[in-house]
Amino acid sequence: MKRVIDYIRSLFLFELLRGLGLTGRYMLSRPFTLEYPEEKAPVSPRFRGLHALRRYPNGEERCIACKLCEAVCPALAITIEAEPREDGSRRTTRYDIDLFKCIFCGFCEESCPVDSIVETRIYEYHFENRGEQIMTKGKLLAIGDQYEEQLAADRAAQAVVR
Amino acid sequence: MSDEKIMIEVDGQQIQAKPGQMLIEVTDAAGITVPRFCYHKHLSVAANCRMCLVEVENAPKPLPACATPCSDGMKVYTRSPLARAAQKGTMEFLLINHPLDCPICDQGGECELQDVAMGFGGDASRYSEGKRVVRDEDIGPLVATDMTRCIHCTRCVRFGGEIAGLRELGATGRGEHMRIGVFVEHSINSELSGNIIDLCPVGALTSRPFRFQARAWELTQYDGIAPHDGVGSNIRLHLRRNALLRVIPRENEAVNQTWLSDRDRFSYTGLASEDRLTQPMLRRNGELQPVEWDEALQVAARLLKETPAGRLGALVSPSSTLEELYLAARLVRGLGSDSIDHRLRQCDFRDDANDPPLPWLGRRIAQLADNDATLLVGCWLRKDQPLLNHRVRESWKKGGAVLSINPIDYDVNYELEVDVVCRPSEMVDELAGVAAALGADTAGLSVEPDEAHRAAAEILKQAGQGSVLLGTAAMMHPDFVLLRRLAANIATVAGIDWGLVGFGANDTGAWLAGAVPHRRAGGAAGGGANVEGILGDACDGVLLLGAEPNFDFAAPCTALADKCVVALTAWRSPVLEVVADVLLPIGAFAETSGTLVNLEGSIQSFAGTMLPPGEARPAWKVLRVLGNLVDLEGFEQTDSTRVRDELLADVGEVRPDNRLGEGAPPAPRFCPTGIQRVGGVPMYSLDSLTRHAAPLQATPDAWDGRLRLNAALAERLSLGDEQAVRLCQDGAETVLPVRIDPCVPDDCVWLPTGVPEAAELGCSFAEVSVEKA
Repeated sequence: MKRVIDYIRSLFLFELLRGLGLTGRYMLSRPFTLEYPEEKAPVSPRFRGLHALRRYPNGEERCIACKLCEAVCPALAITIEAEPREDGSRRTTRYDIDLFKCIFCGFCEESCPVDSIVETRIYEYHFENRGEQIMTKGKLLAIGDQYEEQLAADRAAQAVVR
Repeated sequence: MSDEKIMIEVDGQQIQAKPGQMLIEVTDAAGITVPRFCYHKHLSVAANCRMCLVEVENAPKPLPACATPCSDGMKVYTRSPLARAAQKGTMEFLLINHPLDCPICDQGGECELQDVAMGFGGDASRYSEGKRVVRDEDIGPLVATDMTRCIHCTRCVRFGGEIAGLRELGATGRGEHMRIGVFVEHSINSELSGNIIDLCPVGALTSRPFRFQARAWELTQYDGIAPHDGVGSNIRLHLRRNALLRVIPRENEAVNQTWLSDRDRFSYTGLASEDRLTQPMLRRNGELQPVEWDEALQVAARLLKETPAGRLGALVSPSSTLEELYLAARLVRGLGSDSIDHRLRQCDFRDDANDPPLPWLGRRIAQLADNDATLLVGCWLRKDQPLLNHRVRESWKKGGAVLSINPIDYDVNYELEVDVVCRPSEMVDELAGVAAALGADTAGLSVEPDEAHRAAAEILKQAGQGSVLLGTAAMMHPDFVLLRRLAANIATVAGIDWGLVGFGANDTGAWLAGAVPHRRAGGAAGGGANVEGILGDACDGVLLLGAEPNFDFAAPCTALADKCVVALTAWRSPVLEVVADVLLPIGAFAETSGTLVNLEGSIQSFAGTMLPPGEARPAWKVLRVLGNLVDLEGFEQTDSTRVRDELLADVGEVRPDNRLGEGAPPAPRFCPTGIQRVGGVPMYSLDSLTRHAAPLQATPDAWDGRLRLNAALAERLSLGDEQAVRLCQDGAETVLPVRIDPCVPDDCVWLPTGVPEAAELGCSFAEVSVEKA
């Protein structure tokens, strides 16, 4: 019996019409797509994009070279070297994140005891030369400085659940 | 303690113990974990941290395991609710004032407090009041302090009093006001100070050179052997990304126990020195130019081969590995010369024929602690061999006597029963006096023993076990062979041992490997020139291995400029760059595999742990290739262990033996009439590695560039502190400021070898003239 029904359906191109019906429906409805880059999708405060190193409001860098992020990083993307700064405090002399290795898991941010290393909402970046994928301490601090307001707001918004 | 055994029960487990043994020793031996901070097996029991509280049946309260002696049938519970509650409570108290700065603390990750808090503490803090802050103290370039973190276990204080022998750190105040600090603000002047870093269970005392360099979990650990003194301390090397970042002791009760001298601990900083030689250099048209290995080796081999037979010499550092020494000796001997010597700082070779078969300490290192009497002759044991000194100090604490005949009133950390401080020229007579008082052969000297000699003789005669130790000052003495003969005579009559406490990490190994002109590996006699001859007229070509002219030699190295010099060196040095025709960069310390034989004859091998910088290669490989290039047989080893095994097969059984030959000793020759120079080697000028270790050079034990003399001589020469003087010795002269030092005997000036000021002066003990500059 089933075979007979299937045969009749195929004879009348029923499957094809059903597919075309779906196409027609979407043709008439409002499109989902965004006209990137003119339009952009909304981004969550939890978004894990490009990294940044933050500073305290007085301009002092937060990172104290505790190396927890380096230890927790599952992709071994972080390399830190440290030494006593002139005032005797513990600071990094090198803080590199290799973005080719990074899997953007956010563990570094989770592990940071001073909210220094963070992941920003930035997802638009590219490299043109070998070596540019290494985010050095200078680059990371510059990003932190540029987006501090947003970063601080995002951390504040998430403080209740962290 | 008697051999009686009792049984105790810990957590239901029957354990054998000795009566009176502390509970924690028994649980440690049985592998039962009891948390502790203040207890350390080599320090006295303080029982002040209270962390090791355990429940003992029939005791009204929990008892500290470190201070509770075992008794028969005792029942102990280390994990009962009562014990757990006591431990948790103690942990909470300890954490009250401990700062939460683990992220910036160097101890983080290897911290006993972290570990014990994790295992035995509570999960959250109930303490919301203010925490105390303690001011840090500057205690020198080796140890960094963060005293706020201190939990007052007093391990460092007890270490200072009991092991290092100087009470520099102490606890002041009580209760919350208790502080650990130095009594007078100055750096800790101890050759063992680095051990308090290991002892500190928290991050209050940390290594300053290592400060903020790395985390414990980043480091890869390798085993090694310390390359400086004759103890051959067992160490662990901590590396990250081919950089040696830290050295810590590895426990070996027979050698270094749990301790390590500062020299062995911090000398690694010299490896990263900018003075490292990283490229082979070749002299072309009078100028050194960097070249490829291939070319440098070809030229070096040609130079060695072209040196007329018997006119080639090798001068090797006594801290080179056994493999390097053996290959160097084989290379030189293969080219038809016996002239190889490692006794670079020795001045007196008149009695070579009677040299002992394999000179050593005379006793095992651990046996030194059982000495009833120790006679130090020209020996600043405390600075030259800190861990041997620790053993001698142990013997003194047990009631043994320590006697000394020294050219300087050296600073020691025990009381000297007989303390003879004499001019260098009188040392032989003083020792002969002791020999005469004992009734021993005085080596042809006629001396009337005085009161001190008789007292010393009496103590030595009474001693069941003991040592006569000849130190570096004795070995650099122009009458060294006489001192050696007298020491041997005294030891024989008194029924004790005598030994040499030499310069390098491998003094005994050098004799074993045949790195002396008159003794080949295996004991066959040789007939080459010694270091004086090699630096003099006996040789036209010289192979230098790890030795720096002007610093590592007793004799002046001026003649090297006229010779053809092939130098294997890990560091560049201005003098080498003038005299050498070929410079071959080699690895140092951890950069090479090898073997060191310590003063008690223990053969300790270690693997290479890091790559040498630049083009540098392990020296045994360089020597092996040189051997191939000069067409010698037996240089096909692919592994340093093979070189060692070949040597040990050559040697047969290694049996250290200090017996001197029977020949008559020579007459004394050092009889100056004027001012005498007293030498020695400062502990941090010993070898190239220590000389390049910046933190060690910043300590008070580093040579300060002053000529020391006592007030009487200063007055006679109308000199004051810091005034510049011109010192002349055998035509060479140097200008340097003076320091008035009561430790120096009359008519003597103290200027050691191995320091820049003495670079061109030659023998450490000599007649000198001093005048105002």
